[in-house]
Amino acid sequence: MLLRYILKRILIMIPTLLVTSALIFTVINLPEGDYFETMAAEMQAQGEKADMSRIEFLKKEYGFDKPPLERYFWWVAGLVQGDMGYSFEYQRPVRDIVGDRLLLTMIVSFATIIFTWIVAFPIGIYSATHQYSWGDYGLTFIGLIGLAVPHFLLALVFMYFANIWFGISIGGLVDPRYLNQPMSWAKLRSVLEHLWIPVIIIGAGGTAGMIRALRANLLDELQKQYYVTARAKGLPPGKALRKYPLRMSLNFFISDIGDILPSIVSGAEVVAIVLSLQTTGPLLIRALQSQDMYLAGSFLMFLSFLTVIGVLISDIALAILDPRIRLQGAATK
Amino acid sequence: MTANTLQQNPLAGLPPDGAPLPHAASTAPFEPYATEAMTPEQERVYLASQWQLMWWKFRKHKLAVISAVVIFVIYAMAAFAEFLAPYHYSTRNTDFIRAPGQQVRLFHEGAFVGPFVYPYKLHLNMENLKREYAEDRTQPQKLRFFCRGDRYDFWGLVPGNLHLVCPPDGGTFFFLGSDRLGRDMLSRILYGGRISLSIGLIGVSISFVLGVIIGGIAGYYGGRVDLVVQRVIEIVQSLPHIPLWLALASIMPPSWSPLLVYFGITVILGLMDWTGLARSVRSKLLSLREEDYVVAAQLMGAKPRRIIALHLVPGFMSHLIASATITIPRTILGETALSFLGLGLRPPITSWGVMLNEAQNINVVALYPWLLYPVVPVIVIILAFNFLGDGLRDAADPYR
Repeated sequence: MLLRYILKRILIMIPTLLVTSALIFTVINLPEGDYFETMAAEMQAQGEKADMSRIEFLKKEYGFDKPPLERYFWWVAGLVQGDMGYSFEYQRPVRDIVGDRLLLTMIVSFATIIFTWIVAFPIGIYSATHQYSWGDYGLTFIGLIGLAVPHFLLALVFMYFANIWFGISIGGLVDPRYLNQPMSWAKLRSVLEHLWIPVIIIGAGGTAGMIRALRANLLDELQKQYYVTARAKGLPPGKALRKYPLRMSLNFFISDIGDILPSIVSGAEVVAIVLSLQTTGPLLIRALQSQDMYLAGSFLMFLSFLTVIGVLISDIALAILDPRIRLQGAATK
Repeated sequence: MTANTLQQNPLAGLPPDGAPLPHAASTAPFEPYATEAMTPEQERVYLASQWQLMWWKFRKHKLAVISAVVIFVIYAMAAFAEFLAPYHYSTRNTDFIRAPGQQVRLFHEGAFVGPFVYPYKLHLNMENLKREYAEDRTQPQKLRFFCRGDRYDFWGLVPGNLHLVCPPDGGTFFFLGSDRLGRDMLSRILYGGRISLSIGLIGVSISFVLGVIIGGIAGYYGGRVDLVVQRVIEIVQSLPHIPLWLALASIMPPSWSPLLVYFGITVILGLMDWTGLARSVRSKLLSLREEDYVVAAQLMGAKPRRIIALHLVPGFMSHLIASATITIPRTILGETALSFLGLGLRPPITSWGVMLNEAQNINVVALYPWLLYPVVPVIVIILAFNFLGDGLRDAADPYR
């Protein structure tokens, strides 16, 4: 049953990703002109005699003489085979440019989710079980601050104080020594040393939302009859909480990952730009501005893919936890 | 003997035959509504309209009420920015570049003077070329109130020059400091609020309309339409917002006027945020459309559009308003983030995000921390909208 449910969810993913790719392709192609026109204009502006035949050749090479629909088709066909296209600006395959950055983006996102869970879970439970206490008010307020302060400001302030208190520069995600080196244990350690700051900053917003939602959810459960009964027959509060309402709210806790994942990926982009992390954010902006369309498009596609996978994982976890969901998924829908 | 024992039995105390018996029940005529008579207070609650009940419930949420007041005050301040700001937002004071805030004082050498400031004396540090400002404690300069100052067009329409407070004659008044062109931060924050705050409202209006229409169609028709709409919502939600905003924002040609860019950004922000509303409209409609009054309307030949708009939507309008309130801060934050990255609004349009764009550099935080002041209203307004939304959500269902 569970297997069928998972299979079904994966099948639903395919049309979702197809539509997403069409959307992204349209968005990328919306600006007037293309990279080659800009290139020709720039060459002319610099006084060079624009070598029109070369530009024509490049255009042909990249398929820009064909209608957009056909280009879209080739792009998607390439993506499916793991070919992310070719960057005009860097004159290299997109995969070579972004490979390392994508890995770092994934590490940051994953670490942020773990961080969000570890922080939000105990705080949410505490707030719900000690409703209207000073601890509840204080923690809720801190959570809300995390929600209200823009990510980039947190990043700036962190950078400033880390510089003053610890005397370290925290920009970047790895030590400059390892920048262009392949992944190794030493590099991984360096990444871990730098990781905590972006993780806290990006996680702040998601954590706040999660604390609020978990608190509200748990409060609802705590009022229900089954919990009152459990308490009335003499179960100690901790055990009663663990046995019943906590399991109910766990459900929602997992499903919420699907909701906060896009915001984590988004937040990562802005913070990455401020902290000059070697993730995808800064590269994406540059690519968008110079209409380096395969680079930008494949990037956006990958970010969407990351969130879709995240949602899928949270759905599967939910189905394992809650039999109602996987049964319903098989019966009707 | 038998007669005697009979006389001593419990019935002995009875009145003689024919006389009325003392009865446990009242002999007064039966009044069917008497038991349900309500105190005037209860009656007030029972007769109150739904909106009245909501207002009573909302009033109990102290934090939400305070937030509502704060939001109102901030919006009012933005509305009267021209009058409240001591300077025009684009007035440059090239002699006072990146000056820190001037403190307003009341006492000069122990004597009460009224609100005044000490003038700044500029000293250029030749070692690091930093401009250093020192207060000249010898001559207090009194602030002027309800005075004539920089000329402005109120809302771009009515020319005027009346200000609540003006810099002293021949002096300056930078309450929150000045930026890299010597423009007053306080004035710019007030003017910038107008843009940042209205983007929140317009963006939410767009997503509100989209959400109600799309969610309404999905919820009312159900079935296949619903399935398609749900997939679309899932897709839009799974797109990471800011990268997509970046992509959309980069579409706007640089030749567009700042005002056009402003509308473009608002539409972009609104286009991405309707999914949450559409989902709640849909789930509400799915349960409401089974109600008898909807069937009645259908039998009388009402068209779906009429049923949705006239019968269904008013039933959960309060929920919609509550959820819309919670999406406003997200739009404001979105504008701030986009403008901060230089992809949102462009000068000369002034918004909080545009102002923060100047604070991108870590050196700015270290040397000119007052350039970060626009963050304060951002945080305040977002917290306030969140609290208000919480209160509205609690109040939206007054019968619970």
